[in-house]
Amino acid sequence: MGRAYRAGRVARFLWSGWAGFSGLAVFAAVWQLGAEAYGSFVLPAPAETIQTLFKLAADPDNRMLVLSTSLRALAGFSLAAVFGTMAGVVAGYHPAIMRLARPQVTLLIGVPPIAWIVLLMIWFGMGAGTVIATAAIAALPLVFVGAAEGIQTRDRGLEEMARMAGLSWLARLFQISLRQMLHAVFPALVMALGTAFKAAVMAELLANAGGIGGALANARSALDVEAALAWILLSVIALISVEYGIVQPLRAEAEAWREAAQPWGVRR
Amino acid sequence: MTLLQLKAVGHVYLGRPVLEQVTLQVSQGEMVALVGPSGCGKSTLAQIAAGLIIPRHGQVERGYARCAFVFQEPRLLPWATLEANVALGLSGLPVARSERRTRIAAACDRVSLEESDWQKFPSQLSGGMRQRTALARALVADPDFLYFDEPFTALDAALRRRMQDLVVVTASDSGKGGLFITHDMHEALRICHRIAVLDRYGHGILDCVSVPETPGHRSEEMIFETARKLISDHPLFAVVEEHDERRLA
Repeated sequence: MGRAYRAGRVARFLWSGWAGFSGLAVFAAVWQLGAEAYGSFVLPAPAETIQTLFKLAADPDNRMLVLSTSLRALAGFSLAAVFGTMAGVVAGYHPAIMRLARPQVTLLIGVPPIAWIVLLMIWFGMGAGTVIATAAIAALPLVFVGAAEGIQTRDRGLEEMARMAGLSWLARLFQISLRQMLHAVFPALVMALGTAFKAAVMAELLANAGGIGGALANARSALDVEAALAWILLSVIALISVEYGIVQPLRAEAEAWREAAQPWGVRR
Repeated sequence: MTLLQLKAVGHVYLGRPVLEQVTLQVSQGEMVALVGPSGCGKSTLAQIAAGLIIPRHGQVERGYARCAFVFQEPRLLPWATLEANVALGLSGLPVARSERRTRIAAACDRVSLEESDWQKFPSQLSGGMRQRTALARALVADPDFLYFDEPFTALDAALRRRMQDLVVVTASDSGKGGLFITHDMHEALRICHRIAVLDRYGHGILDCVSVPETPGHRSEEMIFETARKLISDHPLFAVVEEHDERRLA
């Protein structure tokens, strides 16, 4: 895979962005209708919100708030990605461990994030630790299930082939099993990243830990709907930047063969 | 020199014996076909011989230094290019980078895979090219013993014939030893030096027949006539054409 291939892939992705923009345009039109029906106090118009967003983004302090939330969410997501993948791989290989782990996963998914925030505020205080831990706990079960599913559904025939080709068990783990796991892990990572951002903003808001959540709390007390919507848009932009700046390029690199397998009409 | 010796090998699946008292010997430079009806345990026996399955009874003695296995399906890594898939056959061998490329090129050349296709993924290759890639992967490390487990079953007649010729040139005629699992008598007669018939219920090798002349030098008439004679006149070979799959449970 040369530079030309990668450049072509990026160009195709950017070109496909038109479809995304048209979807956003429809959403903005519906938003505009709502704004006209209910008035700007309840639902400000998209143009006004975007103007407020630019004003907020122009202030370096606000940019630091967005960066702080992004870094916290990313830290929580990274913890979940590392530990969730490791635990998922072990559980995927050992059905007995999977049976033991299933109830814990159900427990983690079943407990609402707000309950974790209360507990974590008591354990870690009102700082970044609570936000990172909340994001990690919220994202971990998704990564765990994805990794375990990826390992459980792997093609064992490829491992037999690799064994006959002379690969050691460690080489088989990294070159065969973990590679096969990626098809299930990447969608789980995308979900986990979104969950980590949502949980981080919520934890910041409830724990008064600054960041976008803190700014949202301020907008709520001032009944500034326009600013609240602008902050929500900023958090979505931060999430999209991380997803399309880190996760999706990694996925495109690791799963280039899938694109090659797609029919021409699907690829373009 | 004996490259593979199976001594009274037996195996059990889910408490039910699938192979019993199977004894077979393969010498250097000899390709042995193992034929038998579907479900008689041919693939299990090949996997036991190759070390993929540990037998419940008996002994397996391997006199070869390195072996390769060509499976029924190509079993290519879908995320790796044709070249990377062939290179997988060199795993565990201390081969310098420059020599690595030379050996990959030689293996691809032997199975007529053109360099313009080396960077393609398996999904971009035809069925025949995939199976040829699997054959190149098996040949790249120059093994002294080859296992084939019905490798051409899914291919059409013309491609199958071409692949059989490739096996004759690259394996049967090159002094390597091998075990070729098939239920096609013509394929066995075209490729192998000897044909062993496995019992319908896996209860040992019923008979082992040497095929006249060497692979690659047999005429089509001789192959068809011998196959007809073996199936119609030899009661043991009649079971090869049976299609009633043995049930495990």
